[in-house]
Amino acid sequence: MAEVRRVRNGPFGYLLRAFVIVYLVLLVAWPLLLVVTHTFAHGTESLQALFADPDLVAALRLTALAAVVATVINTVFGVGISLLLVRCEFPGKRLLSAFVDLPLAVSPIVVGLALVLVYGGRDGWFGPTLESWGFQVVFATPGIIMATAFVSLPLVIREVEPVLREVGTEQEQAAWSLGASGWQAFWRVTLPAIKWAMIYGVVLTLARSIGEFGAVKVVSGNVLGETRTATLAVEEKYLNFDQDGAYAVAFLLASVSVLCILVVFVLRARSARRFSAEGQ
Amino acid sequence: MSIEVSGVNKRYGDFVALENINLSIPTGGLTALLGPSGGGKTTLLRVIAGLETADSGSILIEGTDATRLAVQKRNVGFVFQHYAAFKHMSVARNVAFGLEIRKRPKGEIQARVEELLELVHLSQFAHRLPSQLSGGQRQRMALARALAVEPTVLLLDEPFGALDAKVRKELRDWLRRLHEEVHVTTVFVTHDQEEALEVADEIVVINEGRVEQVGTPDQLYDAPANDFVMGFLGSVTTLDGQLVRPHDIEVSLAPAGPDSIEGTVSRVQRIGFEVRLTVLTDDGEVVTVELTRPHARRLALEQGRVVFLSALFEPAKPVLVAGA
Amino acid sequence: MAELIGTRPAASRPALAHNLTRTSGIGLGLTMLWFSLLVLLPLAAVIVTASQAGWSGFWSTITNDQTAASIRLTVLAAVVVTALNVFTGTAIAWVLVRDHFPGKGLLELIIDVPFALPTIVAGLVLLSLYGNESPLGLHWANTQWSVYLAFLFVTLPFVVRTVQPVLEELESDVEEAAASLGASRVTTFRRIILPSLAPAIAAGAALSFARAVGEYGSLVLLSGNLPFESEVSSVRILSAIEHDNPGGAASIATLLLLISLAVILLLDLIQRRVARRG
Repeated sequence: MAEVRRVRNGPFGYLLRAFVIVYLVLLVAWPLLLVVTHTFAHGTESLQALFADPDLVAALRLTALAAVVATVINTVFGVGISLLLVRCEFPGKRLLSAFVDLPLAVSPIVVGLALVLVYGGRDGWFGPTLESWGFQVVFATPGIIMATAFVSLPLVIREVEPVLREVGTEQEQAAWSLGASGWQAFWRVTLPAIKWAMIYGVVLTLARSIGEFGAVKVVSGNVLGETRTATLAVEEKYLNFDQDGAYAVAFLLASVSVLCILVVFVLRARSARRFSAEGQ
Repeated sequence: MSIEVSGVNKRYGDFVALENINLSIPTGGLTALLGPSGGGKTTLLRVIAGLETADSGSILIEGTDATRLAVQKRNVGFVFQHYAAFKHMSVARNVAFGLEIRKRPKGEIQARVEELLELVHLSQFAHRLPSQLSGGQRQRMALARALAVEPTVLLLDEPFGALDAKVRKELRDWLRRLHEEVHVTTVFVTHDQEEALEVADEIVVINEGRVEQVGTPDQLYDAPANDFVMGFLGSVTTLDGQLVRPHDIEVSLAPAGPDSIEGTVSRVQRIGFEVRLTVLTDDGEVVTVELTRPHARRLALEQGRVVFLSALFEPAKPVLVAGA
Repeated sequence: MAELIGTRPAASRPALAHNLTRTSGIGLGLTMLWFSLLVLLPLAAVIVTASQAGWSGFWSTITNDQTAASIRLTVLAAVVVTALNVFTGTAIAWVLVRDHFPGKGLLELIIDVPFALPTIVAGLVLLSLYGNESPLGLHWANTQWSVYLAFLFVTLPFVVRTVQPVLEELESDVEEAAASLGASRVTTFRRIILPSLAPAIAAGAALSFARAVGEYGSLVLLSGNLPFESEVSSVRILSAIEHDNPGGAASIATLLLLISLAVILLLDLIQRRVARRG
């Protein structure tokens, strides 16, 4: 257990602290604050105007849909992959564990390109066949969901896997010895043990999904009211000299992501307190 | 016989964990599996529980062939070395778990949980989380949880291993008394010979995947089957090239018989009520001797004194005891 | 305590997997199918498409003046920003773990903002302080400095968040032991702390570099995408896609993937040397 150690703060310590504060204020805090003041420069007018615009409401709805579906998919697969990586032995396991981090290292534009090359309706590998069955992926909602799921794929795994490793298998074995089946042990023992990690993962996935821009831009086609997401709307409004509108949507999206971080922050602080209580 | 283990083998890659184990554990007894760590005793316990499968051989529990039975169906109570407490459940919920899985009526579960918490003296902690309990309390909770399902056999893996010396001693006495009350066939794994001698009715000594000897504590101590068992249970020293217990050596100031061995006291240590001598014999052997303080005082033993040593009993001969 | 449990021989034996064999087998199959359809096949398609153009096609795409300039800018900025992050990130992690002052919790929160903020919004956010209406008088929009700025913003959390937990776990008695043996604070840092942090710093730097090389969203509004000035490779890929030139897009994408891979391997190598030198 890492004990809190107070550093005798020499002049160097104070200098370092000052540097860090100034750096973070200039890079993140101040610009973020300016977006808030820009948004409310004319009161709540620009925010209200947003909800009167049916195209924008459709864009927000699409963003929410894609984010929720991608998060559900990534949660189920994330927990599944984590269980496989921690509990099972199979050939290619190390490769899989290296590959699951890949989406973090690939440019969103490349993600979009990759999906178009396989699922593009005109000359993708599978696209024409799928379209002949009446299932359009690229330039439609499924493509947006796939792009969103791709970029946020590792987040649940990165949170859940280490916790699963740490929890070990003893509690599950105890449940089995008391008569619980594999499923019962999973629902009653394993899932509660990884609950908080899973929730962090879900919240981070949600934040990342809502904000995805590059990959979605490539696969969406940006059709007003149909395949335009909220992040695409920010770009478009700004480029069309609707700065107030752009700042208002940006404010909305930023609030959601800051809220997500806050949730994770509070949960983490909570579990950290709990953990240190356990250590005594 | 409650548990019949026959011809069990288990290997992990090249490592032989269990080699042709044959063992009968009596109903209602309190049996210890004793041996050095890495010797296979925990693996044997887990094979009996169904947490590991043997490569070959069979396990009978109360006459039923359990060899192919999943752990869920064996109706064993298993207490894990690190308790395996369900951290997110209260003490009462932990104890109720097995009964809930068996879909017993709510009222019955509640009554049974109360009864068990009473038995393990945790009634006032029913609503605490395991993290709010001490190590010893957690261990008792784990025991209550295992007993709740009325298991055919109770299996404990190093039950006191993670506790400090004082709590360990208390829990030992308590387990002994609990067993007299509940009377379920109990098997526990330990590497501590003192613990096995004090608690168990019967001890199975396991080393390098094999059963070295089975017997009551007295049989094992007084008639060890081989040098390993003798060395593992109680202290030993060599006298005239043979293993003897240090307290089974007679010390005198004049030759007591033709077999007496002459030596010089090189060190005198007082440990509580006894005195430990280190004697260097004329043949160059270093012998440890234990005797009581009055006895040592009578002989006025001190460093440099010449003494004569002889074994009180004939050195132990390997004796095979029934069951091995 | 957790480590103790983890190293017990019984826990490390994989013999328990058999209890879930059928379920986990089906799970593995489904998972691999989905993972292949979503990630592996599409990425393979990028490399296959790039190779279809042949070596000459690949070479002429990436040596196109405008493309080459964008690659130079992207890689240079990513290298500089990653190097900066190694220092600032470690410094921030240090302050967060070892320093105590009111408002520290707020800094913790700020670190994660760039990770969760939509990239397009990040661009807009930076524009508000460094754009044409900058209250600081810094008009960095549409210059190459905007690229450095955007990269610094989006990669902020990586080194901090990988180094922080390692620093928290670092036993202070090791430092005290070093001090009792006469090591100065600088020597202690260099010989004891730095080698323990090296793997985490390298991992954070690798993430930071890969993220920077692929960055797109935050630059759209900030950099103006001026050719030979502030245009990055992602923008070139996008315009190749828009001009219906998937071969060209795939060629640049493949090059970026290879560069990222090379940097990750290089960082791993450096990390091993530093960790050993200790």
